[in-house]
Amino acid sequence: MTVFLYIVVALLIAISLWQLSKVVKIYKASKLDTEVANDADNKTQGGLMLLYLIFIFAFTFYGFYAWSEVMLGTPASAHGPNYDLLMNVSWAIIFPVFFAVQFLLHYFAFKYQGKEGNKALYYSDNMKLEMIWTIVPVIVLTILILFGLFSWNDIMSFDFEDEAEQPIVVELYAQQFSWTARYAGADNTLGDANVRLIDYDNVNVLGLDTSDKNYADDVIAKELHLPVGKRVHFKIRSQDVLHSAYMPHFRAQMNCVPGMVTEFSFIPTVTTVDMRKDDKIVAKIARINVLRAERRKAGEDLDEEDYIFDYLLLCNKICGQSHYNMQMKIVVETPEEYAAWMRTQDKAKDVITVAGN
Amino acid sequence: MSQDDHGHHKETFVTKYIFSIDHKMISKQYLITGIFMGIIGIAMSMLFRLQLAWPEEPFKIMELLLGGTMAPGGVLNADAYLALVTIHGTIMVFFVLTAGLSGTFSNLLIPLQIGARDMASGFLNMVSYWLFFLSSVIMLISLFVEAGPASAGWTVYPPLSALPQAIPGSGMGMTLWLVSMAIFIASSLLGSLNYIVTVINLRTKGMTMTRLPLTIWTFFVTAIIGVVSFPVLFSAALLLIMDRSFGTSFYLSDIFINGEVLHYQGGSPVLFEHLFWFLGHPEVYIVLLPALGITSEVIATNSRKPIFGYRAMIASILAIAFLSTIVWGHHMFISGMNPFLGSVFTFTTLLIAIPSAVKAFNYITTLWKGNLQFNPAMLFSIGLVSTFVSGGLTGIILGDSTLDINVHDTMFVVAHFHLVMGVTAVYGFLAGVYHWFPKMFGKMMSKKLGYLHFWITAVGAYGVFYPMHFTGLAGLPRRYYNNTSFPIFDDLTDINIIITVFALITGLGQLIFLYNFINSIFNGEKAPQNPWRSTTLEWTTPVEHMHGNWPGDIPEVHRWSYDYSKPGHDEDFVPQNVPMKPGEKELHH
Repeated sequence: MTVFLYIVVALLIAISLWQLSKVVKIYKASKLDTEVANDADNKTQGGLMLLYLIFIFAFTFYGFYAWSEVMLGTPASAHGPNYDLLMNVSWAIIFPVFFAVQFLLHYFAFKYQGKEGNKALYYSDNMKLEMIWTIVPVIVLTILILFGLFSWNDIMSFDFEDEAEQPIVVELYAQQFSWTARYAGADNTLGDANVRLIDYDNVNVLGLDTSDKNYADDVIAKELHLPVGKRVHFKIRSQDVLHSAYMPHFRAQMNCVPGMVTEFSFIPTVTTVDMRKDDKIVAKIARINVLRAERRKAGEDLDEEDYIFDYLLLCNKICGQSHYNMQMKIVVETPEEYAAWMRTQDKAKDVITVAGN
Repeated sequence: MSQDDHGHHKETFVTKYIFSIDHKMISKQYLITGIFMGIIGIAMSMLFRLQLAWPEEPFKIMELLLGGTMAPGGVLNADAYLALVTIHGTIMVFFVLTAGLSGTFSNLLIPLQIGARDMASGFLNMVSYWLFFLSSVIMLISLFVEAGPASAGWTVYPPLSALPQAIPGSGMGMTLWLVSMAIFIASSLLGSLNYIVTVINLRTKGMTMTRLPLTIWTFFVTAIIGVVSFPVLFSAALLLIMDRSFGTSFYLSDIFINGEVLHYQGGSPVLFEHLFWFLGHPEVYIVLLPALGITSEVIATNSRKPIFGYRAMIASILAIAFLSTIVWGHHMFISGMNPFLGSVFTFTTLLIAIPSAVKAFNYITTLWKGNLQFNPAMLFSIGLVSTFVSGGLTGIILGDSTLDINVHDTMFVVAHFHLVMGVTAVYGFLAGVYHWFPKMFGKMMSKKLGYLHFWITAVGAYGVFYPMHFTGLAGLPRRYYNNTSFPIFDDLTDINIIITVFALITGLGQLIFLYNFINSIFNGEKAPQNPWRSTTLEWTTPVEHMHGNWPGDIPEVHRWSYDYSKPGHDEDFVPQNVPMKPGEKELHH
């Protein structure tokens, strides 16, 4: 399909050149050519405007035909479907406006191309029209703003006091150029921490305050495991510069700011295993593996094994040289699997050597 | 400069071409500097697009242009990639589309279109240009610093921009960046004050505010936004300099890097983000409004019709200017600021769609039943409306705090702002150059090359930025040196190649413009006094430039600037200095 696109572009360029050369010939014949547009120019350029309109529309449709499959696919969090709905409502507003406006703009350009002797309409004001294109956007935007605000408040309220089941508290810790997760443990309370307390000799890599007893059962991990269907409350820290914890499949993102703790929260709804069976993901991963096989054949040094889908945490705020490779695997699993995994993890009190002991 | 002065003092090469206080010469200086910086900015984007399409493949041109440190063996390294992205953004936003665009056309058109002999202060105007020149030179020098130029992104968020330990570019390169920007801001403020004072005080007789061409309205309002917001960036830069060099902690707190704890305590990078975007968002409109003003003028002239909804246009310019100062937080929805602020900024941000829609529809209605003259400037103006709408519409998504969560800082954002402010403002700039070239240089540019230039650019601009929306929606972050570390992005390679091919074609296509520009200065057809048969005052001045602009008295203005195809007149335009016929009415009042 890419080839098709190149052909269309080449064709359009060829037509433009051909049209131009025709015009040049007409000028030379008439010998009345100046650098100001004349009727012949207006005719050519007006025609090209129409062609350009076709190009814009064809390219737009081509994009959706050829590239829709690269998009993220099924959301994996409880607020995800609502997010996608709002996104689709926005597109439903954007596309008709886009097509209508581009059509009017280029069609008028084509239709009203200048001719010697024509006179334009002296038409400078119309209160009614101005009101229409003020009030219609006002109404549409009011709907969008309200919808957006309700979703926003829903996603960004981190007060879970009244909820029957308390969320799992997980710290996301960012540093150049890796991620670490810290689970609050049985007490579901993270021990205090500050990067000033980092002590590599005593394996205190996150700067936990060992005088705060809550630290003892905290669990530090290099993979982010989450039980499906349970709310997670992320407390996010950074050790050095700004980072951003971006979990695209969960429609989740929050910056990591040194000197403060930021928050985000969502409920994962699809386990990694189930997501690997999702139609769109299956198709996407199959395509990717075909591409990787081709590259391997071409001599590129890639893993021999097929790529398997995993949720990802990416850094999405420029943070230095290896910003482009700052990632952590996210595993969403059943509560039983999660509990089993958790049991295999060391507790902070068993890892960190407390000074003086 | 009073009328009696002109012609009396001797001009040397230095006072005429270098330290000139004539607004027309200063305008040309801005234009040429802007174009030069534009070439560098665009060339940088072509280089990093090569890396994104064919990651880590050696390109001879890379080593040739960037040297062995940044591109050993022709392979761009990761630090150099970030440096290119950073300097590309800085140059395009500030040096090309702020100083290049406003500097050129505000200087040229404010005195000529309002009927003034020069700017209120010719000397300040000259100082403003030379400060701009100095800041350009410093920015270019920073490219040759050993550790590389600033690499923390054009937004230079600390702590990355504050700590050389975090990225090498934050050493000397960043120092030079800050010095350059501080000088740039001083230049911009001097220019803006001059524009404001000139528009308020030096309008000729009869030139009421409601007879001003929309170009002047946009330059005037742009200057006001600049005066309000640039000082805030200045203070942001100053505090950053303090943090970097004098050990203060405005933006920094609790940092552990390279195995040691730094002394900073109590500051917050979020403060910098607020200060930066308090300028940064109005900056979008500082870039955009002059382009829209130029378009208003070009579309009306070439449609042979009055601009539709003159008063609504002024109202929307003012509304955009006001709103632009209270929407900065939409860059910070997920910065960690209080989520309640996110709600407020969503509300104010989406409101901007209203005046923007008014402007777009007014342009389209101006075309309706016109007698369109497709000069190259007209093509670029129509192209501007097209990209302004296409890029603006996705603002509905990004301005919505909820939707921003998942597209923030992805390639989707890059696609959005390049269309709505990058390409749009560049089109405005180019439309202005094609339209006022005869006024600036007394020669005509080749229209054929202009047409070729437009169509390559027009196809290329969508070719580059439309596919980028898809990579963004696929979750690809911006400022990634490559995306090969994530197999999940492997299927984006084709799209990346398409984008780069279009970028190379479009970038090289600008050479046509460059050739046309330079060649026309020397070999162009001699310009008639009013080639586009326009109504505004600049076309009543002689083709040969002179101090004081008009040989005799300054013309008096009797009508607004949009009397095209007015019934009751033989010609299809009535210049502003033509008195009203008995019984004739100003229709727009």
